[in-house]
Amino acid sequence: MRGFSSFKVFLFFLPALIIILIFFFIPVVITTIMGFTDMDYRFQWNFIGLGNYAKMFKDFLIWPLWAEGKMARPNVIVNTFVYVFATLLIFNTTFGLILAILTTSIERRAGTFFRAVWLLPRFTPPVVYGIIWLALLQPTKRGIFNAARGFIGLPPLDWISAHPWAVIVVTGGFIGASMGMVIFAAAIDSIPEDYRRAARVDGAGWFQEIRYVVLPMIRWPLMFITAYQTLSLLTSYEYILLITDGGPFFASTVWSLYSYKMAFDVYAGTYAYGYGAALSSILVVIGIIASLVYWRLFKLKQLIVEPKIEVD
Amino acid sequence: MEKQTKNLSTVKNEPSNAQKRPAATFEFDRRLIGRSRQKDRLLSVLMYSFLTVTALPIFLGYAWIFVASFSKGLTWGLIPNGLTIKHWRFLWQEPAIAMPIVWPVFLNTLLLGVGTASLTVAVAAPTGYALSRLKMPGRSIFLSVTLILHAFPGVSLLIALFWVLQSLHMLNSIIGVMIVNAGLMAPFSIWVMKGFFDGIPWDIEMSALVDGANRFQVWYRVMLPQVRPGIFAISIFSFIMGWSTFIYVLVFILKKQGWTLSSYVYAILGGWRFVDFGFLAASSVFFIIPVFLFFIFTNKYLMKVTIGGMKGGG
Repeated sequence: MRGFSSFKVFLFFLPALIIILIFFFIPVVITTIMGFTDMDYRFQWNFIGLGNYAKMFKDFLIWPLWAEGKMARPNVIVNTFVYVFATLLIFNTTFGLILAILTTSIERRAGTFFRAVWLLPRFTPPVVYGIIWLALLQPTKRGIFNAARGFIGLPPLDWISAHPWAVIVVTGGFIGASMGMVIFAAAIDSIPEDYRRAARVDGAGWFQEIRYVVLPMIRWPLMFITAYQTLSLLTSYEYILLITDGGPFFASTVWSLYSYKMAFDVYAGTYAYGYGAALSSILVVIGIIASLVYWRLFKLKQLIVEPKIEVD
Repeated sequence: MEKQTKNLSTVKNEPSNAQKRPAATFEFDRRLIGRSRQKDRLLSVLMYSFLTVTALPIFLGYAWIFVASFSKGLTWGLIPNGLTIKHWRFLWQEPAIAMPIVWPVFLNTLLLGVGTASLTVAVAAPTGYALSRLKMPGRSIFLSVTLILHAFPGVSLLIALFWVLQSLHMLNSIIGVMIVNAGLMAPFSIWVMKGFFDGIPWDIEMSALVDGANRFQVWYRVMLPQVRPGIFAISIFSFIMGWSTFIYVLVFILKKQGWTLSSYVYAILGGWRFVDFGFLAASSVFFIIPVFLFFIFTNKYLMKVTIGGMKGGG
């Protein structure tokens, strides 16, 4: 058998190595370093020590405590907590689970259909998804939800201004629920049918069957989704940017969106890359810690087995 | 436990229990345990109603973009006052001030989608094979790192990526966004490909090696054709990801020549939302059509690949 030098093996890895180096490792390092500069559109590495972090502390922690006028400063931390945990608890886990249970309980083809419907938003370009929600939520009577209000004689409502938190949670949740749904449904489908039939023979109704047979068996995927989605909710802001643009004022601005706005928002016009990077660094640190925790928690190392046969 | 985590990294299609279950068992169970048929029927009506009502915003929303794109105006949100094709004028003329005709934008978007897909495959196919079959120092570290990166949210690196692209003189270029996309897709696709290679029996490869092929030839001629479904899966997935890219296009591409459909539709949306409803709806439909087609024909596939998908849950 011909040998295969480790240099040639290395060639197989080369594209992946380059791309991961340039687009993960270097950016992580750069984000961290940039967080200590006051870089703006001139791209100068002007180190200011912990200046950005002091600013952050002042903006988020000291100010909101003192400011009586709630709108005076963005209460980004509270928004972030509400967004992440409300979306996670209501949609990504609970609702995802309900969808998974229902779509596996009804006739198979109908179940597949409903799952496809719920997956559609995930594969819709974010801009289009945003537009769809803006059409539903329009403040005038042309809006679809407002048309429904019109039917029962209520005046049109400016949904985004009236309930900014609810809007970002629901619009994010409609995307988020599908991931849990798919994973839970796969897990439910893989529960041996015998268990469920045994429960039925013992006289369990549908609810009892779900409660005592299905739920205990999907504890693992439930944990996985909770952990995994916390991180992705914490860092995703595309849909918020499109639908509420963080508004009204800062009422629906979350941490990651705030970081984006500091750096890139045309209307704010700050181009504060340094400050934005410092804000992102916090997320990066949380991201790294969380990834390592998953690593331990989910025993991912088990997935890594050595090749069984090696010809070299 | 282990089974579940394995499901996350591979896209193998195992027939589930429900598929194997003969239809008659329900009837049999019912007679056996005396669960009443009425009660079952009531329960299933409730389930269907719940699913339909909760999915209503999705149905209405998608219906709205289609209907609005052909309507002169809408009453009650969804009922057209008359039909028109004037909202689709971006297909043959400049539709509004400072808005170009759609075709160059369409080509950019297509380029971004196809480029992202090709690059992702080019990165994942050799690496997936090497991780599945070849022994080399650092292999398990590499695997661990890709697995960790899989969970790592790439979008938090936006500002640094902006700086990297700026330094490489790749701002305003589709290629820049393409590479960023492929980079973000890489950890996930590498794992998917590794899963597919793991599923191919060794015998085929062995016989090719015995016949005198070298490892590269084995990979290219023998193995790649075997994992075609895997390549197909990650291509579709990354094509859709590239085609739909929003935030990276918004930030990295500032000149109109580099616009993709994301920037185009976002520009119609503008700072002041909803100026031209019909145009907005028509361009959205145009944007979503390819995704929609892919989705209809491959959603079973996508559903499985999503399990490990990187897209944020938010």
